[in-house]
Amino acid sequence: MKVHLKVWRQRSAGDPGKIVNYDVADASPDMSFLELLDVLNEQLVLAGEDPVAFDHDCREGICGACSMVIDGQPHGPEKATTTCQLHLRHFRDGDTITIEPFRAGAFPVIKDLVVDRGAFDRIIQAGGYISAPTGAAPDAHATPVPKDHADRAFTAAACIGCGACVAACPNGSASLFLGAKITHLGELPQGQPERDSRVTAMVAQHDAEGFGGCTNTGECAVACPKEIPLDVISQLNRDYLAARKARRRSA
Amino acid sequence: MPSVLLKYVMAVTGAIMLLYLVLHMIGNLKIFFGPEALDGYSEWLRTLLEPALPRTGMLWIVRVVLAVSVVAHIVAAIVLARRARAARPVRYAHRQPVQGSYAARTMRWGGVIIALFVVYHLLDLTAGTLNPNGVPGAVYDNVAADFAPSHWYATLAYVIAVVTVGFHVRHGVWSALQTIGLSNAATQHALKTFALVFAVLLTAGFLAVPFAVTFGLV
Repeated sequence: MKVHLKVWRQRSAGDPGKIVNYDVADASPDMSFLELLDVLNEQLVLAGEDPVAFDHDCREGICGACSMVIDGQPHGPEKATTTCQLHLRHFRDGDTITIEPFRAGAFPVIKDLVVDRGAFDRIIQAGGYISAPTGAAPDAHATPVPKDHADRAFTAAACIGCGACVAACPNGSASLFLGAKITHLGELPQGQPERDSRVTAMVAQHDAEGFGGCTNTGECAVACPKEIPLDVISQLNRDYLAARKARRRSA
Repeated sequence: MPSVLLKYVMAVTGAIMLLYLVLHMIGNLKIFFGPEALDGYSEWLRTLLEPALPRTGMLWIVRVVLAVSVVAHIVAAIVLARRARAARPVRYAHRQPVQGSYAARTMRWGGVIIALFVVYHLLDLTAGTLNPNGVPGAVYDNVAADFAPSHWYATLAYVIAVVTVGFHVRHGVWSALQTIGLSNAATQHALKTFALVFAVLLTAGFLAVPFAVTFGLV
């Protein structure tokens, strides 16, 4: 099949960047979207041009490396798929497809479609962990976890930190990512000792990175390749208010 | 101040204004019980809690609380809107809203329209300066003059503003419930339905008065 691509090209962070048109004549419907870009890049290299830079790693939808906004939607139009899991059979022969990087001030473009998502790492460093003593692993049955807590923690833990929520958000907010981490650790007994300090520190880091606030529009949950539910943001808000109250009590 | 906290300010001040809107709407509906009912209600608001409070004391307490809420709501909205703008310095060349409802997308400009209308509304039916009748205490006559068929542009402005309020409330109620942490997988659908029903009832209640006057039902 034949596709016409409009790809965002940007040499470096300082370059203003622009959309460049390319044609790929010999694409297969069985190709993944990343393979389509591989084919385009082969074409470009043979023509002596600079290949399109894009992030990718596992190519099986679990690492969160691939990004890009395809026809206006992070990870493309298919539900619950990452870009690497998106196949050309979902497009038609002769389609024009626009490809842009994830757009956020906190995700500066490094080159073409590659953005720096280090802001997410710094949010995790601020509190997205539990402190556990090293040594022999504790008995697996020593800490019982109620089934619904385990289920909810697992749903939230499915977040791969790709940043599609930020890319989709009209406010450039990372609230869904933040809510997923807060819910994931906050639902488990191991996450309780640092529950208050975690949410306070992570919210502060989120804002310091320049992400916007949440307006509960719900674009993020639709774009999320792991289908993180919108209500993790409600849990984030609830935990944040509880942490403030707790701090007032102890102060 | 963290965005999460600013959203909390918006939720709480929004709830205060919403409570007022509900009482305001119920008060408006007194027009269907005749001119005396409406004018009497207006007088009752001024004598409320007398003699513990001086005449119009309660009215002024409500006005001050509302003014503080309006200012806090607008300031928080402006700070959040500026942060949102800064969070995406480069716009998408190609991006259509997928999920966001019309109500969610029009919150900011809808808010501006409502604020402008409130200024006009106060000058019209509270101060009376822009009212064709404009007699203090003669609430029924003022309302009747305002929404008379010949004064159609005031009715049109009112209808547009009330529908805008309806959309604002539709997303606002749901968003506030999510902001104060009441939403979860089990309640999410119910909360959205509640917000919709609430907004529709509020809009219908406010629209009943101008339509009734224009079409000569009261």
